[in-house]
Amino acid sequence: MDLAFTPEEQKFANEVRAFVRANLPADVRDKVKNGKHLIRDDYMRWQQALGKKGWLVYTWPKKHGGPGFTPAQRYIFENICAEEYAPGIIPFGTKMVGPVIYTFGTEAQKENYLPAIRESTVWWCQGYSEPGSGSDLASLRTKAEKDGDHYIVNGSKTWNTMGHWADWIFCLVRTDSKSKPQEGISFLLIDMKTPGITVKPIIMADGGHEVNEVFFDNVKVPVENLVGKENEGWTCAKFLLANERLGIAAVPQSKRGVEALKDIARVEQDNGRPLIENQSFAEKIADLEIQVTALEFTELRVLSQMAQGGQPGAEVSGLKIRGSEIQQRITELTMEAVGEYSAPYLPGLLWQGTNEEPVGPEYAHLAAPRYFNTRKTTIYGGSNEIQKGIISKMVLGL
Amino acid sequence: MDLSLSDEQKQLQESAERFAREKYTFDNRRKIVATERGWLPENWAQFAELGWLGMAFSEEDGGYGGGPIETMIVMEQFGKGLVLEPFMPTVVLGGGMIARAGSAAQKAALLAPMIEGKKQFAFAWLERQSRYNLADISLKATKEGTGWSLSGHKGVVYNAASADDVIVLARTAGSAREPKGLTLFVVDAKAKGLSRRDYPTQDALRASELTFDKVSVGADAVLGQVDDAFPVVEEAVDRAIVAMCAEATGCMDAINAATLEYIKTRKQFGVAIGKFQVLQHRMVDCFTNAQEARSMTLMASLKIDDKDPTVRAKAASGAKVQIGKSGKFCGQSAVQMHGGMGITDEMSVSHYFKRLTMIDLMFGNQQHHLTRYSNLAMAA
Repeated sequence: MDLAFTPEEQKFANEVRAFVRANLPADVRDKVKNGKHLIRDDYMRWQQALGKKGWLVYTWPKKHGGPGFTPAQRYIFENICAEEYAPGIIPFGTKMVGPVIYTFGTEAQKENYLPAIRESTVWWCQGYSEPGSGSDLASLRTKAEKDGDHYIVNGSKTWNTMGHWADWIFCLVRTDSKSKPQEGISFLLIDMKTPGITVKPIIMADGGHEVNEVFFDNVKVPVENLVGKENEGWTCAKFLLANERLGIAAVPQSKRGVEALKDIARVEQDNGRPLIENQSFAEKIADLEIQVTALEFTELRVLSQMAQGGQPGAEVSGLKIRGSEIQQRITELTMEAVGEYSAPYLPGLLWQGTNEEPVGPEYAHLAAPRYFNTRKTTIYGGSNEIQKGIISKMVLGL
Repeated sequence: MDLSLSDEQKQLQESAERFAREKYTFDNRRKIVATERGWLPENWAQFAELGWLGMAFSEEDGGYGGGPIETMIVMEQFGKGLVLEPFMPTVVLGGGMIARAGSAAQKAALLAPMIEGKKQFAFAWLERQSRYNLADISLKATKEGTGWSLSGHKGVVYNAASADDVIVLARTAGSAREPKGLTLFVVDAKAKGLSRRDYPTQDALRASELTFDKVSVGADAVLGQVDDAFPVVEEAVDRAIVAMCAEATGCMDAINAATLEYIKTRKQFGVAIGKFQVLQHRMVDCFTNAQEARSMTLMASLKIDDKDPTVRAKAASGAKVQIGKSGKFCGQSAVQMHGGMGITDEMSVSHYFKRLTMIDLMFGNQQHHLTRYSNLAMAA
């Protein structure tokens, strides 16, 4: 064991940093740095730059067109991207449907879909949850009935993130309603331009629009868009969720969040001194930093197991639990640091990027909306209650 | 000892409860939020008619002789309805400071019309650097003939856009953060040199940034004693804190009730999710938290009139710590148990959650009051 980077790894780190500095558009970097909301094109420009370099699908093995990074390289890549204020890579294509396709898809599907995911020319979104099926995903009811060489899809999906920007959606649909819930589900790829699809925004507590309900009304989907076998989609679903839960820990973003919090606490005043000199508050930040470190080393241990050939297992659920709680704690302490200047609500500045002057410092108006919005992290990707259920059952055998 | 409400207090509770239930349905509230003022004059007129604007003031001040318990009763119901009318800045803070420190002439000119519903106030104390230190004030008032000239900035002033008069905390002497040397001024909201930037707040109230550029006021604008406003402000803020704690208990009751209803009806895995023990225990903790919040609010409402400022301050800080803790627990738990629905704009829980969050930040958060309480309690 050795915590230090080898000379090769150090060389790789230098290469990544040089690449990000040369290729991350300056306006996108500034938006991320100042906590502004990104639009589709902001993500696409960065992801396409990464795609050209072959790094967008940095978790993929070489045989599917990925760079085949070692765990150390993945760690270096993710951390440097976060340190340089690169936007998070949208996971729906790269970390979710892509690996499902190269693991369960046909050769034709691999040829059809993987290049566009690697190059980020197509935007994917996720059709999992339904209004009646949240934590109990297997109870989903969106129906796909076979009609010749098509499926006819009817139903609705919810908590669909950024679907209003998407070209394609991957969906879990019910193809058999007679067997056990998990056994009648199939995994379908659907072009968002297909007639019969309607996307309706859901407005969140911070006033923003990032999630949608998606309605399917007699949507015709070619049978060749089925991934894996009919009625065996639950296997793909579980595989995808395990991958999703790994990325969800967001360690590099949390490290960046702690640093940003310290910067704010250095500027904010408390009895004529910087807030960071307030012992109680400084200890809260210290406690948070220790939590992030514990999470980081847990993730490194998981990655190291995976490098020796293992698939991410139930321990990944632990990463999701702690990662999501830490993300929430960062926003909580940031709001605490900002204090009463968290109160002004400036939707124009927050959502439309207007030139409206902020009230107080630039970071102040973001603190409360972030805190409200980040409550989602312990809910999405399988709520933390569900994750704990998985660990107690799969790891502890309870 | 008797902790039960009198018949009159019960009637007050019923009428406040009815007001919140009838006038503050979710859809009605949404409409009120969208109006220009952000509150309804007809509701304010009703408050005056029902005697709520004068209930906590002595009869010699033109009030109806009630006190903190009456304020607690009404504020709790305001919390249940997430009521938007500016009762806190006008009556609790503005009215409270005028009653405590105002001259007979000021009471006649300000308090009497306020009780009739004809005057509203805002309290401008916070500055960019102040955080929770009520003495960290740099807006300067300098002598100008027989009167004063005010220059500087005030932030997050609730109700400034609707107020007839702004009560401004200014430095007339002393150095930064010195409690001595602060003076309160009653400034006409339309005074020359006073400019405003208005905005809504996270919890759908209205506030403003105020800039004072050589705003001239007469000697009669001074509320209380020159250089000696700090004890008045500290007491007024302690009273406001206790009133806000009552509002928070109303919010907690409402958010807990909504969550309980949700977990009884929302089904997953073939059963109501309230059948899962992990949610049962969390729901129980929500109720326990709300009970503690209610108890501390009652304690503080009973002690806030104490002649010993330490007793008063400990009561207010103790209650605020409890409300910060309980409010956060109930708010976060309600969202978590509602799942994604809990953070949508269309559900009332997200609105209660936002108000509870902002209450913690106002006039000192949990940490601030824990430190204050600890300093007071360990010194004794």
